[in-house]
Amino acid sequence: MTQQPDSGGHFGPYGGRFVPEVLMAPIEELEHAYLEARSDPAFQAELAALLADYAGRPTPLYHARSLSERLGGAQIYLKREDLLHTGAHKINNSLGQALLARRMGKKRIIAETGAGQHGVATATVCALLGFECVVYMGEEDMRRQRLNVFRMRLLGAKVAAVSSGSRTLKDAISEAMRDWVANVGDTYYLLGSALGSHPYPMMVRDFQKIIGEEARGQILKSAGRLPDAIFACVGGGSNAIGIFHAFVPDAGVALIGVEAGGRGDAAGEHAARFRGGSPGVLQGAFSYLLQDEDGQVSSTHSVSAGLDYAMIGPEHAWLHDLSRAEYVAASDAEALAAAKLLSRTEGIIPALESAHAVAEAVKRAPASPGKIFLVNVSGRGDKDIDIYRENFKELDEA
Amino acid sequence: MTRIGQLFERLKRENRKGLIAYITAGDPHPDRTPSLVDALVRGGADLIELGVPFSDPVADGPVIQRAGDRAIAAGTNLARVLEIASKIRERSEVPLLLFTYLNPVLRYGLERLSRDAAKSGIDGCLLTDASVEEAEAYVGAMRAAGLDTIFLAAPTSTERRLKLVARYSSGFVYLVSRTGVTGEQASLSAAVGPLVQSVRAVTDLPLAVGFGVSKPGHVAELGRQVEAVVVGSAFMRIVESSAGAPELEGRLEAFARELKLGFGETA
Ligand SMILES: Cc1ncc(COP(=O)(O)O)c(C=O)c1O
Repeated sequence: MTQQPDSGGHFGPYGGRFVPEVLMAPIEELEHAYLEARSDPAFQAELAALLADYAGRPTPLYHARSLSERLGGAQIYLKREDLLHTGAHKINNSLGQALLARRMGKKRIIAETGAGQHGVATATVCALLGFECVVYMGEEDMRRQRLNVFRMRLLGAKVAAVSSGSRTLKDAISEAMRDWVANVGDTYYLLGSALGSHPYPMMVRDFQKIIGEEARGQILKSAGRLPDAIFACVGGGSNAIGIFHAFVPDAGVALIGVEAGGRGDAAGEHAARFRGGSPGVLQGAFSYLLQDEDGQVSSTHSVSAGLDYAMIGPEHAWLHDLSRAEYVAASDAEALAAAKLLSRTEGIIPALESAHAVAEAVKRAPASPGKIFLVNVSGRGDKDIDIYRENFKELDEA
Repeated sequence: MTRIGQLFERLKRENRKGLIAYITAGDPHPDRTPSLVDALVRGGADLIELGVPFSDPVADGPVIQRAGDRAIAAGTNLARVLEIASKIRERSEVPLLLFTYLNPVLRYGLERLSRDAAKSGIDGCLLTDASVEEAEAYVGAMRAAGLDTIFLAAPTSTERRLKLVARYSSGFVYLVSRTGVTGEQASLSAAVGPLVQSVRAVTDLPLAVGFGVSKPGHVAELGRQVEAVVVGSAFMRIVESSAGAPELEGRLEAFARELKLGFGETA
């Protein structure tokens, strides 16, 4: 299983390369450059130094005693990716890929963003390394994540509004791909999740797997054993594959991916690809996809912009079919309640995305005494304060 | 041999160049498409690409994106496009090529599509996001039903890739004129000449150039280099601006004729 993907980027039947021919040679070039960089100690050393001194790794593993006590069952440990510079795990990947872009001699970096966290991480790294930066963002997401739009602009990036389709992450990716097609010569596409054409799902996983590698050592040290279950939210799947990867060979560790259950089970009301989705091709990869009977991609909904996407990363599709990981959904309401609970018991305001992972752990903890749960807090909630305010109106009354 | 192969033989015999017209099927309405195709053929189109709309067309610029949105809103799906093809076949022998993305085809089923497409009078298929690496099953199914599979060659394609594109293509090879999405351009990219040479070096198949071709002058220039040119967004802009008005057919026919005159300047 650790040999995945194959040389064509397949995780079992999933993944692969489904892009217009214009992009195929550039994608091959990217793959070669990445494989070379991956085995270059100088590249790895530079990345490790930036992750440590600039981004703030390793992130702590924190035993959430009062939350655990409140729930009266499992002991819950939190992997604190929210404490990273820029506030989410996304910077792990942005740093890695930007170093690769520099190595490839590119001058300009483009990215898509949903919640804005990947856009902010990429704008940050571009400021650091001196790249021109354009971030594509759906108009609907710009409205939901206004603060991050301003942060990107402050960092010197151009935020390009995308008004096509559902005006969310999916449309931002399409627009970034069109930009890339037109500017392949000098432009690097810095994709933010374990999605898209090979080599992205593999490369993004590799840059995120440090989360699980650290957490594995940390939990062995602090709890004396491996966890019984790991919880992570799954948008495209980068923070989840990042924390899962080191534990995949540990058969006793349950891997639980939490998708966005939104506000109901009907099509268009959620973004739970394993609840009503079926394998299909979108934006470069073959994986589980929310689509209608004609193969048109369905609209999705989640209170969290970062989980609001119709396809799941191909490695998750494979882990799902192998039954190595389990995928469930948390609703908007459950995520909001979990965010409030974590804020009140531990003084940690999570990102709405991460709150989905917290919600599932909260749901299962009471019936799991003696168990150890590890939850990936992929990001902090600063960017979501407007949405929390809309949903907790009672707290706003002076 | 499909009608596509026959067309290119005839063009060669008659020492002519071909005009390939792309239209998004179902825009402004599926019932209207056969009559738009008739108009294009009257204007001189030699082959029709019937675009099957897809919700997320990453290879298309804004004009064809909007056409696809309108077609989907008007109830167009792959099954409906095959019905449209059957209607066209009742009165015309113009070669018909399905032009779309992989997902609607996978959803319909490869075997089922190849069977139904052949029955509807479709001659071939081009899927913009089916890379040759991933096309084995698709090509197998189409060829078994006697349909052509056309792949794209791009200015970025390496020699190794061009050989694969040529190997998997039948009927003709479709050259993307520039690194970019579909859409009208003021002038042709300088990438075309070298690309034509590189593709000629690896195949004897006829070549067509598309993406960004929109003026009689482009047609004239390309007519000196390849067997056919593809025009799409320029037709779809007419469809869009006519908003279903009765003079739409006349405008498409006139524009096809005008483009065709470009070939006259080739000689
Ligand atoms: C904090 C946070 N967590 C999770 C995600 C979802 O992405 P992924 O599934 O790639 O981890 C996002 C995306 O924007 C995010 O900002």
